[in-house]
Amino acid sequence: MKYDIVLAGVGGQGILSIAAIIGQAAVSQGLNVKQSEIHGMSQRGGSVVAHLRLGSAAIKSDQIAPGSADMVLAMEPMEALRSLEFLSPAGVLISNTTPVVNIGEYPPLPEVLSALQAHANSHLLDGDQIAKALGSPRAVNMVLLGAMAAFLALPEEILTAAIRELFARKGEAVIASNLKAFAAGRAAVN
Amino acid sequence: MSENLLLGDEALAQGALDAGLSGCYAYPGTPSTEIMEYIQSSPEAAARGVHRNWSSNEKVAMEEALGMSYAGKRAMVCMKHVGLNVAADGFINAAVTGSNGGLLVVAADDPSMHSSQNEQDSRFYAQFALIPCLEPSSQQEAYNMAADAFSWSEQYETPLLLRLTTRLSHSRANICTAPAQAERALREPSNPRRFTLLPAIAKQNYQRLCEKQAVFAELSDKSPYNLYYAGQDCSMGIICTGIASNYVQEAFAGKCPHPILKISQYPLPQEKLARLLAECEKILVVEEGMPFVETQLRGPLGDSRILGRLSGALPRSGELNTRLVQAACGLPLPPLVQPSPLVLNRPPRLCEGCPHISTYEALNQVLRDYPAGRVFGDIGCYTLGALPPFNAISSCVDMGASIAMAKGAADAGLLPAVAVIGDSTFTHSGMTGLLDAVWENSPITIIIVDNYTTAMTGGQASLGYGKIENICLGLGVAQEHLRIFNPLPKLHDANVRVLQEEIAYPGLSVVIARRECLQTIRKK
Ligand SMILES: Cc1ncc(C[n+]2csc(CCOP(=O)(O)OP(=O)(O)O)c2C)c(N)n1
Ligand code: SF4
Repeated sequence: MKYDIVLAGVGGQGILSIAAIIGQAAVSQGLNVKQSEIHGMSQRGGSVVAHLRLGSAAIKSDQIAPGSADMVLAMEPMEALRSLEFLSPAGVLISNTTPVVNIGEYPPLPEVLSALQAHANSHLLDGDQIAKALGSPRAVNMVLLGAMAAFLALPEEILTAAIRELFARKGEAVIASNLKAFAAGRAAVN
Repeated sequence: MSENLLLGDEALAQGALDAGLSGCYAYPGTPSTEIMEYIQSSPEAAARGVHRNWSSNEKVAMEEALGMSYAGKRAMVCMKHVGLNVAADGFINAAVTGSNGGLLVVAADDPSMHSSQNEQDSRFYAQFALIPCLEPSSQQEAYNMAADAFSWSEQYETPLLLRLTTRLSHSRANICTAPAQAERALREPSNPRRFTLLPAIAKQNYQRLCEKQAVFAELSDKSPYNLYYAGQDCSMGIICTGIASNYVQEAFAGKCPHPILKISQYPLPQEKLARLLAECEKILVVEEGMPFVETQLRGPLGDSRILGRLSGALPRSGELNTRLVQAACGLPLPPLVQPSPLVLNRPPRLCEGCPHISTYEALNQVLRDYPAGRVFGDIGCYTLGALPPFNAISSCVDMGASIAMAKGAADAGLLPAVAVIGDSTFTHSGMTGLLDAVWENSPITIIIVDNYTTAMTGGQASLGYGKIENICLGLGVAQEHLRIFNPLPKLHDANVRVLQEEIAYPGLSVVIARRECLQTIRKK
């Protein structure tokens, strides 16, 4: 088994937490993991990308080559479009639809979304709206993680255990709201 | 196998700790910062009392590590690639003194310049200093190399350079660890005079260093990190170094028909190299960074058998990946989605409410009256003042350059000349430039943007904390031209007046714009 995921978003949207949860879950299943994250100047509202590779055999490269990812997961639609070059033609695209408009001339959102929909296997969801409706507007990344879960070869209870572990220090209430967000995201793609 | 996924930086740090490290010395810099941060947060490092405070700059860090090595203990010094320029004097001369306790110098290169000014390749520095260089291809190798580097350093009385690249520094993997070794005891150097580089002694040391070259080459040939993989198709052989070997493995899905020489230790392993050159018609050199191996193989006339970044088989600059290697090897490429014209750049920005914003707004207003004036910037979060909407600085070159360039421009008659420098950058390498300006009472205005931290690299300690004005006064800045303001939007008018007065003053002035970074406040 081999599964390559490109995670894209804007600095501060929590893609590294998603990567950490999936990575931890995969390790607990005895899989090999490589997770590459470019940080540096990016914590301040710039584009961020992480490459997450899972495999039953040893994984060589830390990077996923363009055109070969099994999944692109984006917290933001224009960032989804930016990372589309990594996706293999048969790959799954999952993207949040709420834009982060922190640049002067953000492209017309409907055009961005239809460019994403043009990909054969795309799943777009409004993670911000779903998280807000649950009363946990900051858990958008867990909504998106839930949406991914439908396609990952990792049992859901292993993922939820990794969520509990990641948020363990923040208390039961935080764990519960993140798990709810995860479940809502899971339900949003079927 | 460790359950934890460790970054390449962290794997190296854990390897050094397990190899009996007594002191880590570093100045922060992407992508090397996490090495020291891992040691700072390690309970075992704390229990053992391993030295783990930040240094003022890379040169000082290098010399502190050399001092610990002199005393017989194992020391590691870490920096980003450009930090090695700052540390170069200590580094090159440490090769001449040689080490006593194991001494490992770590430089993290940044091909593709994800967060750097250039793409320099630290392997050239090791070659220049005539010392062995290690270039791990995986987190596991980074872990293993720490212990080997320390023991080679002690055995051959030489520092070693370990070169990381961004992709390995910042990628996580699960690794296997080895049993921990004890720290070393204090021990006199073998020859008590070899650390005193008077010409007569330096000549002897240098002679010995030259003689060691053959030993280092032999060490490379026997190294567990340099591997020869036989192949039947000798129309081409492949040399791949460090993490580039992973791209080669993947390009051929692990079934490469060509002979491969994987290099992770320098100087070049001569026997293995000779075998590959003898066996193969042409050689593709795949290396992350500058064409270091390729240049040596091509020679001055450009041997056409040698392919790589110089021949055009691979891009001349930037990070490699599996696809680029596939293209260079003529392998079929998976189809690619064309980049959408809808995608725009999303550069990093100053945080909303950042103190630097208020400083630039005040400065920009004052400089509207001086269209000929120029602002020389420096490196830190405040470099983002180069971008819209501020467009406030005209330069950003290397740490500390703001003050010295402003002085040089003023020397040339370009006025007003203003320097903008962060507190950490000021104590890293701005203080000496200030002393020059004091000596000549240069007509420049230096704005020290003091946010109490090294923000750009994640909020590390800033060693001048609480001392910036005393440092300036101590260097000789006149009390009446040392001004301090709080860069808050509501104090804009008062701050503009301070800057107006000091920019109008025809001698040296220093203005400290002081307010804490919002991110460090948030983390408290
Ligand atoms: C020689 C060298 N070492 C390290 C770095 C990495 N680096 C860039 S800016 C910076 C320090 C920034 O701190 P400060 O001057 O206080 O400004 P701030 O980011 O806090 O605004 C560092 C460590 C570098 N670019 N060059
Ligand atoms: S991290 Fe601190 S100094 Fe940097 S932009 Fe944000 S508030 Fe400003």
